[in-house]
Amino acid sequence: MQRPTSFQMDGRLTEKRRLNDRYVLLIFQLPIPLTQVQAGQFVQVKVDGSPHTLLRRPISICLLPKPDELWLLVQEVGEGTTTLCALEPGAIVNMLLPLGTGFTAPSLPSTCLLVGGGVGVAPMLMLGQKLAEAGHQVVFLLGGRTSTDLVMQEHFARYGKVYVTTEDGSLGEKGFVTQHSLLNEPHFDAVYTCGPKPMMKAVATFAAQHDITCQVSLENLMACGIGACLCCVEDTVDGHVCTCTEGPVFNTKRLKW
Amino acid sequence: MVDQHIYLKGLTLRNPVMTASGTFGFGEEFTDYLDLARIGGIIVKGTTLRHREGNPYPRMAETASGMLNAVGLQNKGVDYFENDIYPRIRHFDTNILVNVSGSTVEDYVETAEHIQSLANIPGIELNISCPNVKQGGMAFGTTTGGAAAVVKAVRAVYHKHLMVKLSPNVTDITEIARAAEAEGADSVSLINTLLGMAINAETRRPKLSTVTGGLSGPCVKPVALRMVWQTAKAVSIPVIGLGGIMTAEDAIEFLLAGAAAIQVGTANFIDPGVTAKIADGIVAYCERQGVKAVRDLTGALVIDTPAPACPPISDCSLG
Repeated sequence: MQRPTSFQMDGRLTEKRRLNDRYVLLIFQLPIPLTQVQAGQFVQVKVDGSPHTLLRRPISICLLPKPDELWLLVQEVGEGTTTLCALEPGAIVNMLLPLGTGFTAPSLPSTCLLVGGGVGVAPMLMLGQKLAEAGHQVVFLLGGRTSTDLVMQEHFARYGKVYVTTEDGSLGEKGFVTQHSLLNEPHFDAVYTCGPKPMMKAVATFAAQHDITCQVSLENLMACGIGACLCCVEDTVDGHVCTCTEGPVFNTKRLKW
Repeated sequence: MVDQHIYLKGLTLRNPVMTASGTFGFGEEFTDYLDLARIGGIIVKGTTLRHREGNPYPRMAETASGMLNAVGLQNKGVDYFENDIYPRIRHFDTNILVNVSGSTVEDYVETAEHIQSLANIPGIELNISCPNVKQGGMAFGTTTGGAAAVVKAVRAVYHKHLMVKLSPNVTDITEIARAAEAEGADSVSLINTLLGMAINAETRRPKLSTVTGGLSGPCVKPVALRMVWQTAKAVSIPVIGLGGIMTAEDAIEFLLAGAAAIQVGTANFIDPGVTAKIADGIVAYCERQGVKAVRDLTGALVIDTPAPACPPISDCSLG
């Protein structure tokens, strides 16, 4: 088994944009340009200065605008991510990247539906970019609890049409992504999704009902991120497999959902 | 030049740093980050006679300065190791030991016999201490009789280096170590993980699918160090120390406490290149302290006043 090369390197935080009360976009300058990165791959970020954070934090690659510029969209969830989001430009952060297996693009020109919920919108941006650059039609469907959850809309709009839902109706259609009217007459060849598990399961069910191939990005808890600890396993038709190496992106056909 | 070599029976380590089973895969997962020729040896993932799926997800919970795991010896069995893994890793420029586990004495024996046939595997680490499997594993490692039975049976058929990995989840680890020594173990490694537990208060549910799991990481180091110190005094075979080693200083503490070599576990998850840094740090320490050979550190702990025997309970000020 030939493994794609990944690197351990120190990224330098060059810019930090607080997008709402919980989401922060961190932009890093990398010392080594990355030329072979798939949308959906992730970074294991070391968090210093957080006494209760022993393990690295896995974070999806949001965008790689240049081979040496890395965008990470981080949600403040616990002490580790909060410490990370408190960093100021100039901070040095050790990372392992790129890790895991990302999304697979369709082989024929296709109309692709990219469904993101919450901070799960992050990998959808790079995926949209890659798919659009490869000539596919990209449609984003992004969901949040409220309008301020829907961040980086202008970036998504560069690569495709953007539809949104909010649970409180403050932006776009009211409800969950799977209730959006866009899905009433599905004309998609492929569906990609990342977000809360119930949302991804609902999207996978929608795709299965319409016989559309569907890839999901899982965020199982992990320790090492490189296939050594076997903590992040997902139960698949092939048994327990590591989400960090064989995933985080899986075709739903392989999952026991 | 500091002499870093460590000589164990049938096994020469270029330095005292090895990797702990279950934290380093088969070594190949780390080659992007570490030159394996920088370390004394690797102990590959626990291998059983037959394929094991391991425990359901979730298997991991981060704790204060540590982590709990409940992997449950997921592996594809010894045949898969022999046919698919071994050909890929046999030429690694370091010692490769296989951690062997089983549910019955016969399982251990058969697995050890398989591994013995592999030319580039100079030893096994007998795992009688896994806390995450229902049968076997720790069951053998928590009684002197159980430990003796499995070590004796494997020793009868296995003629290369036999390291026995001990569980800390016992009243007196030195008894188990002595039992392993008496039945022919070439070394003992300790400690495996400490049985622990974590609860999500919001959901009122355990964080691990198995409820309990094995605690590792820097939080266990003081316990591990104490057990290594006690065991090194109790047996004459080499003791391999592990438990929460994150830095060269941690490793040196284990050597001073009596370990002949050390294993690095959880730290590999945080810094996949940490073992080379630890090896370098041990050399730097020796140079600074004028120590000519790393092996001279083993048991070099200085205790200025003899450790007092515990007074009768009625006199004990600690209650």
